[in-house]
Amino acid sequence: MTEQLDAGMVAEQIADADALSSPRRGGELGRGRRRKEDAKLLTGQTNWTDNIVLPGLLHMSVLRSPMAHAKILSVDVSGALEMPGVIAAYSGADLAEVQGSLPCAWPVTPDMVHPDHHPLAVDEVRYVGDGVAVVVARDRYASADALEAIVVEYDELPVVLDMESAISDGTPLVHEDKGTNTCFVWPFAGGEDYDATKAKADVVVKRRFRQQRLLPAAMEPRAVVVAPIAAADDYTVYSATQIPHILRVMLALVTGIPEHRIRVIAPDVGGGFGSKLNVYAEEVLALVVAKKLGRPVKWTESRSEGFQATIHGRDQIQDVEICATQDGKVLGLKVDLLADMGAYLQLVTPGVPILGAFMFPAIYKMDAYSFTCTGVFTNKTPTDAYRGAGRPEATYAIERIMDELAHELGRDPMDLRRQNWIKHEEFPFETVCGLTYDSGNYEAATEKAEAMFGMAALRAEQKARRESRDPIQLGIGISTFTEMCGLAPSRVLGSLSYGAGGWEAAQIRMLPTGKVEVVSGATPHGQGHHTSWSQIVADALGVPFEDVECVTGDTDSSPKGMDTYGSRSLVVGGVAIHRAAAKVIEKARRVAAHLLEAAEGDVEFRSGTFSVKGSPEAKTTIQEVALATFAAHNLPEGMEPTIDADCVYDPENFSFPHGTHLCAVEVDTETGFTKIRKYVCVDDVGKVVNPVIVEGQVHGGLTQGIAQALYEEAIHDAAGNLVTGTMADYLLPTAADLPHFDTGRTETASTTNPLGVKGVGEAGTIASTPAVINAVVDALRPFGVNNIDMPATPERVWRLVQSGGSR
Amino acid sequence: MIPAQFDYVAPGTVADAVAALIDGGEDAKVLAGGQSLIPVLRLRLSYPSLLVDLRKIDELRGVREDGAELVIGAMTRHADVISDPLVRQHAALLAEAAATVADPAVRHRGTFGGSLAHADPAGDLPAVAVALGAQLVAEGPGGRRSIAAADFFQDYLQTALAPDEVLVEVRLPKLQGRWGVAYEKFSRTAQAWAIVGVAAAVRRDNGAIAEARIGLTNMGSTPVRAGAVEAALAGASAEAGTIAEAAAHAADGTHAPSDLSGGSDYREHLARVLTRRAVTTAAGL
Repeated sequence: MTEQLDAGMVAEQIADADALSSPRRGGELGRGRRRKEDAKLLTGQTNWTDNIVLPGLLHMSVLRSPMAHAKILSVDVSGALEMPGVIAAYSGADLAEVQGSLPCAWPVTPDMVHPDHHPLAVDEVRYVGDGVAVVVARDRYASADALEAIVVEYDELPVVLDMESAISDGTPLVHEDKGTNTCFVWPFAGGEDYDATKAKADVVVKRRFRQQRLLPAAMEPRAVVVAPIAAADDYTVYSATQIPHILRVMLALVTGIPEHRIRVIAPDVGGGFGSKLNVYAEEVLALVVAKKLGRPVKWTESRSEGFQATIHGRDQIQDVEICATQDGKVLGLKVDLLADMGAYLQLVTPGVPILGAFMFPAIYKMDAYSFTCTGVFTNKTPTDAYRGAGRPEATYAIERIMDELAHELGRDPMDLRRQNWIKHEEFPFETVCGLTYDSGNYEAATEKAEAMFGMAALRAEQKARRESRDPIQLGIGISTFTEMCGLAPSRVLGSLSYGAGGWEAAQIRMLPTGKVEVVSGATPHGQGHHTSWSQIVADALGVPFEDVECVTGDTDSSPKGMDTYGSRSLVVGGVAIHRAAAKVIEKARRVAAHLLEAAEGDVEFRSGTFSVKGSPEAKTTIQEVALATFAAHNLPEGMEPTIDADCVYDPENFSFPHGTHLCAVEVDTETGFTKIRKYVCVDDVGKVVNPVIVEGQVHGGLTQGIAQALYEEAIHDAAGNLVTGTMADYLLPTAADLPHFDTGRTETASTTNPLGVKGVGEAGTIASTPAVINAVVDALRPFGVNNIDMPATPERVWRLVQSGGSR
Repeated sequence: MIPAQFDYVAPGTVADAVAALIDGGEDAKVLAGGQSLIPVLRLRLSYPSLLVDLRKIDELRGVREDGAELVIGAMTRHADVISDPLVRQHAALLAEAAATVADPAVRHRGTFGGSLAHADPAGDLPAVAVALGAQLVAEGPGGRRSIAAADFFQDYLQTALAPDEVLVEVRLPKLQGRWGVAYEKFSRTAQAWAIVGVAAAVRRDNGAIAEARIGLTNMGSTPVRAGAVEAALAGASAEAGTIAEAAAHAADGTHAPSDLSGGSDYREHLARVLTRRAVTTAAGL
């Protein structure tokens, strides 16, 4: 069933939430609750990692390589040790025995080249920003000053920055001992043989797309504090991380400190977008240094330091070929990818393009699909998962090439999509990649989006501007995207050689006073998990929303989890909570039946109250059951005195949100400036728990996707220096640069989880980039343009207009 | 983003500030809002031993009239310049350009004098000062002297100020007659520096353009006047074709930089387009 909702309804729901003066039971799912988290965030009562101050706290600073590739001849820290306030200083060689090697959990092929990745470089530096030495001092100023007293002698080596030259013969090697810059080659095919299919095609369209390198730039920089209890060999690690649970395991494996001696706490975390889905050098260094010194150690990155030393995103070259019949039926798709790993492999670096591999065919039916990805080492900061991780790249490629195919065939780009997409009645549908899309309704989302957009009037205006040769040209871009959320069924991750599972853990604790604690392994970093979890539990148990407290982000109090990434929290973690709630109800029903002296089968549960069929006056609330269970004076024979419940949920399938995004841009052909005139998106993210949170995720996602299309690009000079090293040069758009977003929704419930939810964390980012670029290219078609590299900067646009489309 | 150690004083008078600069020697720097200097310190691109903060010197703040001149204290914040009725009346071009500086937070801390003394050719206000023929008044141990804007900006981040001089006020000749103004700033995001900016003031008389003053932002190592355009416009008819012909000379004699934001040829092109647009707007067409 598809319900249609729109932004107006969201506003009504927010108003509804405001109007409520007393808590209402039940009916929580779908309510636009204001976020529980916000009062704290907006009044500065947050507990960021950098705010943590402990007695005797020391500050660590990292000296970073100014060279992209060099032998380290010597590191002399003696000058630093003489500086005031300095407690210790170490080179990579000093820590060689204890620092280990940073993990990569995703060996995508058995023969993947996996170089050692020491937290501090020992013999050789391989990117600008590679750590060379650390200083530990009484305050941050002293440690920063002392870095300048460390003397490092380098012997410069040739750098390799460009992926295509990196895999050509005779090129300098990032890792000399590996004998190659190729990290892996990962082929995949689905359906029929691509070449045989292509031979039957009337039309073949090829394009090369570049996914530029991006800097994640979460609002809160990375930070870590390690508090040791040296006598007990016991360590508490506070980190601005998305993944406290995974980090704990990995820190144990890297340092050899037993896992049960490490407690990881992710305090309030201010955004991540994948950049905090990692195990970083500084986390390991702070731990080993705190262990050596027996004192707490803090490290906080500066923004410009983070631009060098926090993972980068995207960076692929995509050679894409699509073949079709003259009447527009898509027959096959061939994708050859080069994916820049950077100098080393971080936690899931090689897996990012592999996640994307399954999404290139997107919503379209086709007979053949061929994919090859080559992972390439270069002398740059390692790449890794960045909002969307593989799916934005895939979606960009397919949505761009569909527009190019439509142009080649002289077809309306939406008509061509409609002809080829999976019809609503065809779900569940097994794609050419072997994925089973559980549900979707591309027709409904598109119909609604087109109505909101006013397509006919905009096309008429475009025609008029073209005919009058107006310097301001109008372009219209489409993105009918889908994505893959809810990472992930563990067996699927296993088949893709990922090092862990994709389950999530939950626990619900019923307190004697009727309040509820929810423990979740999905750790929030800004999304509003606590609000959503409270709504799910309040709805299921019939308790007031305000009576639910959430416990997350600490391996002591929420000991089991797989953390937050890949739009998985609601689809996996939320479902785990929902299932745990069902278990609580079943246990409580047994107690209630006992108290009400009725058969369990006769006890009904509704809106927080157990009652006996046919005897409406015989009833008890779940809170009363909780108190009775706590007292344990009168429980069913043999029952443990608890109605608390756990659930570890492993999803049976991914979920596949989708939507239709439409973008109109005005391109000033005299200056090259692109202005987004109108942006409409209708997203179908399945059932919605909280429309306000969904709206926020969509807005942020759109901003990040538009930023890739028009603004952001990490640029290196010929020596490998990041020249967009500060926010003065690496341009993040703000509200002032963005249009009003016209958002709408359709709701097609997922059929693979009981909440019917699909995930929304990455949808906006994935969908919006191709919508914007398709619009820019559409505006420039009269000038012979059929492609543009991202970001579509004014200068790039102007040069294309000047040259008639040749890049 | 941790600056190196420095000493800090915040004197209450210009004389004390000058004395502090003399004491501090070559490594002393004036802090006049800090919107450029503080980021430089945090990135350790500069290591001054002493910062002389002018924020407590009340006489450096505010806008007043002095006969045919408008006098703006060097420590007047952008936000105050933008909203000042005298500025709006007599130097509307300045108000319009100042409103495009960075973002609201910067405009409430950054100062007019600080922006000029920083002498970043990508800054919006130096071009305005040049276009309007501002006189910049500096005070040093020998007293006050007045420097024409055209002479004040000497090179990239270099001014005619001596190390022991403080910029105290800016004197702008009031625009007399029927002037129209426009600042065309071209930047990739609202907060970013101008790739190119064009500050134009145009005086109309009997349907013709009697006089035009045009300053260019980020078309060289200093702000520059588009002299060839001004000459072509003087006495020209206020028509689109005439303006376009004149604007075609906007890049004449400039030495536009080539950097991440744009090649010099692109900047030259932008200067021509933006000059045409700015003059067209200022001429009321």
